Amino acid sequence: MKKETKKLNLNFGPQHPAAHGVLRLILQLDGEVVEKADPHIGLLHRGTEKLIEHKTYSQAIPYFDRLDYVAPMNQEHAFALAIEKILKIKVPLRAQFIRVIFCEIGRILSHILNVTTQAMDVGALTPTLWGFEERETLMGFYERVSGSRLHANYFRPGGVYQDLPTGLDNDISDFCIKFPKIIDDLETLLTDNRIFKQRNVDIGIVSKQDALDYSFSGVMLRGSGVAWDLRKSQPYDCYEQVKFKIPIGKNGDCYDRYLCRIEEMRESVNIINQCLINLPKGPIKTEDGKISPPKKKEIKQSMEALIHHFKLFTEGYRVDKDEIYTAVEAPKGEFGIYLVSDGSNKPYKCKIRAPGFSHLQAMDYLIKGHMLADVPAVLGSMDIVFGEVDR
Amino acid sequence: MKNLEDLEKKINSELTTKVLSSKINHNQIYLSINDKDLLDVILFLKTNSNTKFNQLIDITAVDYPEKDRRFKMVYLFLSHEKNQRLILNLFIKENEFVTSLTSIFPSANWMEREVFDMYGIEFNNHPDLRRILTDYNFKGYPLRKDFPLTGYNEVRYSEDEKKVIYEKVKLEQNYRNFDYESPWEGTKYIKDQSKD
Repeated sequence: MKKETKKLNLNFGPQHPAAHGVLRLILQLDGEVVEKADPHIGLLHRGTEKLIEHKTYSQAIPYFDRLDYVAPMNQEHAFALAIEKILKIKVPLRAQFIRVIFCEIGRILSHILNVTTQAMDVGALTPTLWGFEERETLMGFYERVSGSRLHANYFRPGGVYQDLPTGLDNDISDFCIKFPKIIDDLETLLTDNRIFKQRNVDIGIVSKQDALDYSFSGVMLRGSGVAWDLRKSQPYDCYEQVKFKIPIGKNGDCYDRYLCRIEEMRESVNIINQCLINLPKGPIKTEDGKISPPKKKEIKQSMEALIHHFKLFTEGYRVDKDEIYTAVEAPKGEFGIYLVSDGSNKPYKCKIRAPGFSHLQAMDYLIKGHMLADVPAVLGSMDIVFGEVDR
Repeated sequence: MKNLEDLEKKINSELTTKVLSSKINHNQIYLSINDKDLLDVILFLKTNSNTKFNQLIDITAVDYPEKDRRFKMVYLFLSHEKNQRLILNLFIKENEFVTSLTSIFPSANWMEREVFDMYGIEFNNHPDLRRILTDYNFKGYPLRKDFPLTGYNEVRYSEDEKKVIYEKVKLEQNYRNFDYESPWEGTKYIKDQSKD
């Protein structure tokens, strides 16, 4: 006699440690095999795009810290670049180098978090503890340069807010000497670990064509063997002047994506080192008084500086009527801003293209036919942060 | 830059009347088309060996409440092979439908759901057109320009009823939209006069 089976609907989240935030995943199970996954997102939706339409351009920058909150400066970068392109501002070289240094620090911050929590999702606790100690150091750098560990608000159209404080460059280069050793340690725990490999190898395989069709970007694309990185193919700021490699996966499974992230951290350290060695002297933001605020000292002496200061902090600057799409290679993939300006001091429309949104969309495609226990592994390897998915 | 001009010419010569206007700005091609040609144009852009715009980056809309054709649909494409970006746009009226791209790009699914959620634009042949980012049972379309920033309803936990309840938004002070634009540059009609 044939036994009758019933399909089971399982509600995963919204509060679940392996959901990496607030994800409600409705899974249709046949025994332990997932037949369908329907992610319900939007539980962290704060209406960022609507808020930005009601704020001046400089008031909008802090909202970008709150999207992907593990790599805040990378996103400010996209917004700053969009405005610079419309206004045709030239960014001083020193500012470009500082921005690249902090973007790469953001990349390391994000990748440490992802690699170690992915390991935790499949059962390894130690990497998290080791990795988070390093994140603490990096957030210390963030704090020293911007005054805040997480919500930096440091990049400005035309440069950065302030110069590096004394001694910070030495401390960052000390970190760059020590950190590769930490990556080695993490790798001894994970790369050849039997359990880690059993949980990740051949799980969530993405073919090249599917990665393109599902609008994947960043590591999700490179893990499947597509050689594409915006830092190389459409370089912005001083990425053209530094040498680095782009690691590419072969099989497109969770394990390859893990390996890509590990290698990318090593490359980031490499980039930071090169930038610190070649860090030029000079101004750190554009000297156009209509865009960047004057120094405190000047305000006390110059009438013009005082007027500029007053105008910038009440009206803000105006951006010519235009429309533009600018993208940067954020740690999670292509982070883009589609900006429509109407000549006033506020954006008319600011669409944020978050990489995690298209990655999470493919959840159903990735998990179909896998076991329930593979859900956290796939979710972990997608590197989802709900700040940017829900916006 | 030269490649980009060639590319623009090729697109124009292949699509001829389907292209309403095209321009190059910020190293990107901007194409404007009619809504009825959408699928043809996109299929061409994706498959033609000269263009190969094989990745859909994003779909969004812009609201111009004062215009007759109120919404501007915006499609962003990327060609990995040619390393070019293209921005495709078309204007539609408030109650018009747009053809869904899900048959060409599976990733259009959520992007179109987001546009539907935020602007109330509906898509033909979409497999699963539900709201995506807003709350269950949400009313209204938040990114339309006539939707107030503070919204209509707010949520709180009620100690009396022991559950989460929805209430009308009550503000101690109304949202203040300061007009910081230069007072000494004069009002808009003076600026318009001085231009003539």
